[in-house]
Amino acid sequence: MTAIRATNLSKRYGKTVAVSNLSFDVEPGRVTGFLGPNGAGKSTTMRMILGLDRPSGGSALVDGRPYAELERPLRKVGALLDAKAVHGGRSARNHLLAIAQSNGIPNGRVDEVLEAVGLREVAGRRIGGFSLGMSQRLGIAAALLGDPEILLFDEPVNGLDPDGILWIRTFMRELAAEGRTVFVSSHLMSEMAQTADHLIVIGKGALIADTSVAEFIGRSSQGYVRVRSPRLADVAELIKVGEPHHDHLRVTAMSPVEIGTLTARAGIPLEELTFVQPSLEAAYMELTKDSLEFTS
Amino acid sequence: MIDILRSEWTKIRSVRSTMWTLAVTAGLMLGIGTLIASAARGSTEDDIPGAQAVMLSLTGIMFASLSIATLGVLVISSEYRTGGIRTSLMAVPKRMSLLTGKIVVFTVTSLVVCTVASAASLAVGVAITQPPTLDMAEAVRAVAGCGLYLTACGLFGLALGTLVRHTPGAIVSAIALMLVLPQITGMLPGQVGRTVADHFTTNAGMQVAVPLVRNASLGPWSGFGVYLVWIAVIMIAGAVLMRRRDA
Repeated sequence: MTAIRATNLSKRYGKTVAVSNLSFDVEPGRVTGFLGPNGAGKSTTMRMILGLDRPSGGSALVDGRPYAELERPLRKVGALLDAKAVHGGRSARNHLLAIAQSNGIPNGRVDEVLEAVGLREVAGRRIGGFSLGMSQRLGIAAALLGDPEILLFDEPVNGLDPDGILWIRTFMRELAAEGRTVFVSSHLMSEMAQTADHLIVIGKGALIADTSVAEFIGRSSQGYVRVRSPRLADVAELIKVGEPHHDHLRVTAMSPVEIGTLTARAGIPLEELTFVQPSLEAAYMELTKDSLEFTS
Repeated sequence: MIDILRSEWTKIRSVRSTMWTLAVTAGLMLGIGTLIASAARGSTEDDIPGAQAVMLSLTGIMFASLSIATLGVLVISSEYRTGGIRTSLMAVPKRMSLLTGKIVVFTVTSLVVCTVASAASLAVGVAITQPPTLDMAEAVRAVAGCGLYLTACGLFGLALGTLVRHTPGAIVSAIALMLVLPQITGMLPGQVGRTVADHFTTNAGMQVAVPLVRNASLGPWSGFGVYLVWIAVIMIAGAVLMRRRDA
């Protein structure tokens, strides 16, 4: 069964549309990246999936049911939304203990997850003094308490040092390899490129793409040939399909060989003839450029 | 439900604010009771009647009520302040079950602490004032009444915390509704004014503990009943909003 299914999911705050008619499925056994610029509606969507925010329209189902109807939901779904959203006065162990007890999870599991995220040493310390990295680990520990099949992480690498980022990345891959569903949001394409198998891209609350990472690059931005020449105007007239770009032409309809042959016959010297590979970052920028909330 | 109660008990016992507000509540009961009883003993050579001794020993209740109301507010508003409410609702998505868990755990905790503190205040006060006779039934009723009244004040705070979701806002509302407005209603003119004053929050509720304000319309239990209606109305309003609002 599909782990998470959003159907025509919408959320409006007054006149502002945060999420509009969003439909997608998240499947088990892989890391699904949930990608979009800041303010695209990723967090809102996750909160609706988790039954925290009420959709203005449509529905979000987890394992075929609304989240609020799950019995002992933490045994099915684990989520990390905001690592700093905890009562700073509680110790890490008591924080996790309260969560575990609410879902009938044995107390011993608390020490297991503390061990798993490397917080065993500081289990008795007040959370208020934790660094962001430690808080993220604690949030992940909380998500793992019920040994859930489905995991949601909202921007888990935000503010982490390289060690922490690598750790979370590896962790998510392992969870997916165990057959779990991992749904992770980010506004950084490069991050998703290294973690995700599948991408759901949104902008301004609407679906832009729902595709594998490889397909995403191929579809959204083709490569092009960069042509530079002291007689650029002549080249443009000759090949007809070039698009002027600052000091060079971009050609998508012809290969470098075709362009080179033509210009050689016409005796036009070239300074550069390069095939430019599309990058994930470029593909992402290309797709989301219309949906940025604020542009500089 | 038992899972939720265990979880809420872990939450309430594992933060310092709980220990502080409970200690302050007990301290105010005992401290003010001792102070007033000593002052009364020192100001007269005559015997202090039993009923008056009971009342003097429990004078701290007015201030203790604000302290326990603060704890009631914090039980829920601290989760909204930190964002921890989202973690709580992910664990217990049935919001009314979560709220019920908080109400039950708070009520039991507060009843135990406040009743013990009231009994201790009465014992100390009576030891100081040395009344010639003491109606034990009346003393027990006063202590139980104090425990109930203070717990109700805490629930008033919890209800306001659920409704307002904002710690300072809820505490200010609690002070206004429990301390300031009841005094002001006493100035209302005429029979209608009198009735309004008698039925207003703590003016009614206090009857079950120590009748500091003379209340013409309500006895101890009917007064407490009226107070509970006030609390129930605010709690239901808070619960309805909690169900509907985004967390």
